[in-house]
Amino acid sequence: MIPVAFEYEVAESVDHAIELLGQHGDEAKLLAGGHSLLPIMKLRLAAPAMLVDLGRVNDLKYIRDEGDHIAIGAMTRHCEVERDQTLREHCGLLAYTASLVGDPQVRHRGTIGGSISHGDAASDLPSALLALEAEFVIRGPNGERTVRATDFFKDYLQTDLAPDEVLTEIRVPKLGSNTGWSYQKFNRRAQDWAVVGACAVVERSNGSISTARIGLTNMGSTPLRATAAERALSGADAGSIADAVQNADEGTSPSSDVAASAEFRRHLARVLTRRAVEQAVSR
Amino acid sequence: MTEAPEKFVGGGVLRKEDPALITGRGNWVDNIRLPGMLHATILRSPYAHAKITSIDVSAAREQPGVAAVFTGKDLLEEWDKNPTANPAAVTGYSLSLAERENGGASVTPTADSTSESPVSEKTHTFCGWMVTEDIKVPDHLPVAVDEVNYAGEPVAVVVATDRYKAQDAVDLIEVDYEPLDVVTNMERAIQDDSPLVHEKLGTNKSYTWELENGNVDEAFNNAEVHVKERYIQQRLIPNAIETRGVVANPDPVSGGYTVYSSTQVPHILKSVLATYCGIPEQRLRVVAPDVGGGFGSKLNVYSEEVIALVLSRKLGLPIKWVEDRSENYLATIHGRDQIQDIELAATREGKILGMKVHLLADMGAYLQLNGPGIPLLGAFMYPGVYTFDAYGFSCTGVFTNKTPTDAYRGAGRPEATYAIERIMDALARETGLDPVEVRRRNFYEPFDEPTTTPAGIQYDSMNMQAALDRVLELADYEGLREEQRRRREANDPVQLGIGFSTYTEICGLAPSQVLAALRAGGAGWEQASVRMLASGKVEVVTGTSPHGQGHVTSWSQIAADALGVSPEDVEVLHGDTATAPWGRDTYGSRSLAVGGVAVHLAAQKVVDKAKKIAAHMLEAAEGDMEFEGGRFSVAGSPEKSVTMPEVAAAAYLANNLPEGMEPGLSEDYFYDPPNFTFPFGAHICVTEVDTETGKARIRDYFAVDDCGPVINPQIVDGQLQGGIAQGVAQALYEEAIYDEDGNLTTGSMVDYLVPGAPELPNYTLERTVTPSPTNAMGVKGVGEAGTIGSPPAVINSVIDALSPFGVTHIDMPASPWRIWQTIQEAQGREAGSREADLSGRPAQTEEGGEA
Ligand SMILES: Cc1cc2nc3c(=O)[nH]c(=O)nc-3n(C[C@H](O)[C@H](O)[C@H](O)COP(=O)(O)OP(=O)(O)OC[C@H]3O[C@@H](n4cnc5c(N)ncnc54)[C@H](O)[C@@H]3O)c2cc1C
Repeated sequence: MIPVAFEYEVAESVDHAIELLGQHGDEAKLLAGGHSLLPIMKLRLAAPAMLVDLGRVNDLKYIRDEGDHIAIGAMTRHCEVERDQTLREHCGLLAYTASLVGDPQVRHRGTIGGSISHGDAASDLPSALLALEAEFVIRGPNGERTVRATDFFKDYLQTDLAPDEVLTEIRVPKLGSNTGWSYQKFNRRAQDWAVVGACAVVERSNGSISTARIGLTNMGSTPLRATAAERALSGADAGSIADAVQNADEGTSPSSDVAASAEFRRHLARVLTRRAVEQAVSR
Repeated sequence: MTEAPEKFVGGGVLRKEDPALITGRGNWVDNIRLPGMLHATILRSPYAHAKITSIDVSAAREQPGVAAVFTGKDLLEEWDKNPTANPAAVTGYSLSLAERENGGASVTPTADSTSESPVSEKTHTFCGWMVTEDIKVPDHLPVAVDEVNYAGEPVAVVVATDRYKAQDAVDLIEVDYEPLDVVTNMERAIQDDSPLVHEKLGTNKSYTWELENGNVDEAFNNAEVHVKERYIQQRLIPNAIETRGVVANPDPVSGGYTVYSSTQVPHILKSVLATYCGIPEQRLRVVAPDVGGGFGSKLNVYSEEVIALVLSRKLGLPIKWVEDRSENYLATIHGRDQIQDIELAATREGKILGMKVHLLADMGAYLQLNGPGIPLLGAFMYPGVYTFDAYGFSCTGVFTNKTPTDAYRGAGRPEATYAIERIMDALARETGLDPVEVRRRNFYEPFDEPTTTPAGIQYDSMNMQAALDRVLELADYEGLREEQRRRREANDPVQLGIGFSTYTEICGLAPSQVLAALRAGGAGWEQASVRMLASGKVEVVTGTSPHGQGHVTSWSQIAADALGVSPEDVEVLHGDTATAPWGRDTYGSRSLAVGGVAVHLAAQKVVDKAKKIAAHMLEAAEGDMEFEGGRFSVAGSPEKSVTMPEVAAAAYLANNLPEGMEPGLSEDYFYDPPNFTFPFGAHICVTEVDTETGKARIRDYFAVDDCGPVINPQIVDGQLQGGIAQGVAQALYEEAIYDEDGNLTTGSMVDYLVPGAPELPNYTLERTVTPSPTNAMGVKGVGEAGTIGSPPAVINSVIDALSPFGVTHIDMPASPWRIWQTIQEAQGREAGSREADLSGRPAQTEEGGEA
């Protein structure tokens, strides 16, 4: 629980952060809420020589209604996402999912940008953002680019971010009145990471499902979409949901660990997807 | 008529300890900062079993801020400085009986004659309970020299000006290990071809201890019904909120040392440190400052305490060592880890005729203070609250390459209670009786005088019928069964289970003669001094060492009632061998039934003496004196009276005392209890099990406990709530898992699941009161009752919920995964092997596609 010594710099702005990252190369790491980075440093599993603190970059802290979508600054804390009225009204899935992250202390420090950048398949927000088909705005020495959530998560703790880039904004759609959502997080204790989680965003028309988007938490080395179930659900009605989600685990590669075998995770993915879709169609 | 004086025992006195603790003004070991203090950090073995072929500390020594680096070899001479000719003379404690005979801080290893090692070779040990004459005791050095035997064993120690520098230097120590074969599984360890944890001992069996009462064979031969079960007591990690820590401070003036340690047992620690390190006991002072929980894990003497003390001796400076949580999981004792084979012989009507129990108990790699004795505490509790004639018990202690085990809340009794309360449900199934009825048929008739049990001890008093009747009423048993029927009929994915536990347990450790008969190394008395001061204030000195139990409050209530003062006026001194030199410390639910009674008896002695002085002051006969509400008066003439403070003032002024009386009003009492005490109770756990996800949620928990008269209801409720929570933790959440190589895979709080408030139900707690005839206050003890009573109630409720699937057994912890697997298997479906999945560290599997 004693980290290796490191240097610390406060970034005054996004550009300043990019400049500091450029100066220190691979040795440097951005520090957001610190709730993923500091624990691994304390266990000496990571030992960056330089921490660049984004904590005082105030223009990364916002939640804005942009008409057709909502824009969220990367340094927005989980507790702010959880309580924001605009999100609750137009993108309830994200606000609700943020409320299930860790415990109140974690939600008061951890940020949405940190959670995405860390790229942990067991994190809750990434699978919600996949199901929402969110977009991420990234700035680097060569300017700004936008990446779709579906293209962002590459491998175990690997994302599309280059070492000298900063994730600045997250864009999520406003969900219409015909769109229902649900997140089913299955964990052992209230504050735990998900053993498995399933997010559903479901568009209804005339009593059946027109499209369904399913995001799965902790079912492989990255957050995943349950594409086979999504296909089977299109056109399904309340009576056929259970059948349609039978392949919710198709294309996943869950791990076996002390909490669950891969087999049990696959079973949970099917149960949770069914429950998520059932709840989504009813609200 | 005078108004009845206020009594505090039994009343709702708020805990005196809390204001300081909840406003951050506690004084923990890690808060202690002494001038010149250095920090020790320990390099621990990453291997569960290996030869150390070389250690290179040169780079670590070069680091800035590093004062010294020691390997096990460098410290060897420190362990052989024991000048104590007769360790039995070390107050109240001897490291072992064997050692008493041999006269050294060591025991002679019971090497078999074929062994190469000379019989005279000195064996170092922290173990104080040599349960059998031929127990095998491994050499246990605080820092390993040639061989490591569990992952986490100390290999070297760095002393530096701060913790960060010390940790950096630890990372620079280079050790070459030659890995040896590892054994982590007890059943494997007792096979002839198993790798040996300690080659020298020639076996992994430490001891076998047996007990037999009545004619067991006959009972089993004649019985119509036999039930045989195997239960696994998984290994648990105690998780005190404050990890261990120690500061050792040399005193250049006296040549002595003060040791501050986060311990439950400052007095035992002092005795063992004196013997182990060869420091005369009058030069050692041990202080237990505020201690943030122990649960048995701090009822021990650890390598790090010895290391800090000898380093302070070597370097002449204060040395601090504070354990971090990762270390705590490896270096502090674990609990439970037993395999229980239990068998009942009974009649068709469900009346028990006999019981057989055989245990394998995992000692881990070494014997800690009481490690071998823990299963013996259980040996006497397997018969539980049921009376029958024949009982046979045996236990084999086994070495494995894992962290040593020792006392963890309940220590042997939760294991025993779990087994008997599980097999009672199996007997109910076998005989077609309701679990309530099968229990009733085997209860003792209520009694209030010592009654002999199948295990040959004497229970003090019991009324199970009253407790069970009340808990059934509280829970609305019929209503619950009705709801269960409805859910079963509706095929509800969430099923309801109702689980019982009717238990007793053994408190008030312990009559010194009984301890000696069990070959335990320590005495079991407790000591108290009560000093009535001339100001009307009171000092109570106790040998118990509270670390969350609220002794300061409860002892104040006891003294206040005896002396007729307010608890506010009572100061309780404890946990420092300079102010409280005599004590046997806090564990085994002993503090009230032994230490609290000692306070009561010392206070009575004060009153007796004060009565003589008062009579003298009032020129009345002692026999005519009445004492009430802090005032002595003459029977029949209440206007003639003196108050306790007036008497105290007279006692210290000493110019008007009865002829020949010593001045002062301070009395001591050494109380050695004549018997144990036996609280009991009836618990009902109501659990909803989601049969799709396997998640069990406790909806309600009803408990009617009887711990005799209650001193402080709030403290008793707190002990029960925390105790039940720890039982629920074992039943549903916690499990220390090792992989085949002996790595602890549940090495942090992410994987080792300590439940919190959201996972726990609201408890409905009530009490019956059956006083113990054993002691003057009738009190029994309550520190472990909840942990002992609850695990079988929880598991029985889970099995009850799953019984429509044909489930009759599940092991602890009943995790979602395990519940799901159990349902699958009961229905003849494949669910994969948990063992296979648990055998390695979490691994990513590559296969995609269909399951
Ligand atoms: C006890 C505990 C329980 C938790 N439980 C959960 C849970 O249940 N569900 C869950 O989803 N999460 C959980 N978390 C993780 C928590 O949500 C973290 O806060 C989050 O994952 C990381 O966010 P952060 O702001 O703390 O990032 P940091 O730890 O500061 O950073 C994480 C990584 O992202 C990088 N980074 C941060 N911000 C940026 C940026 N803007 N651009 C580029 N890179 C960046 C950092 O360099 C670092 O590599 C838990 C954490 C703890 C300590």
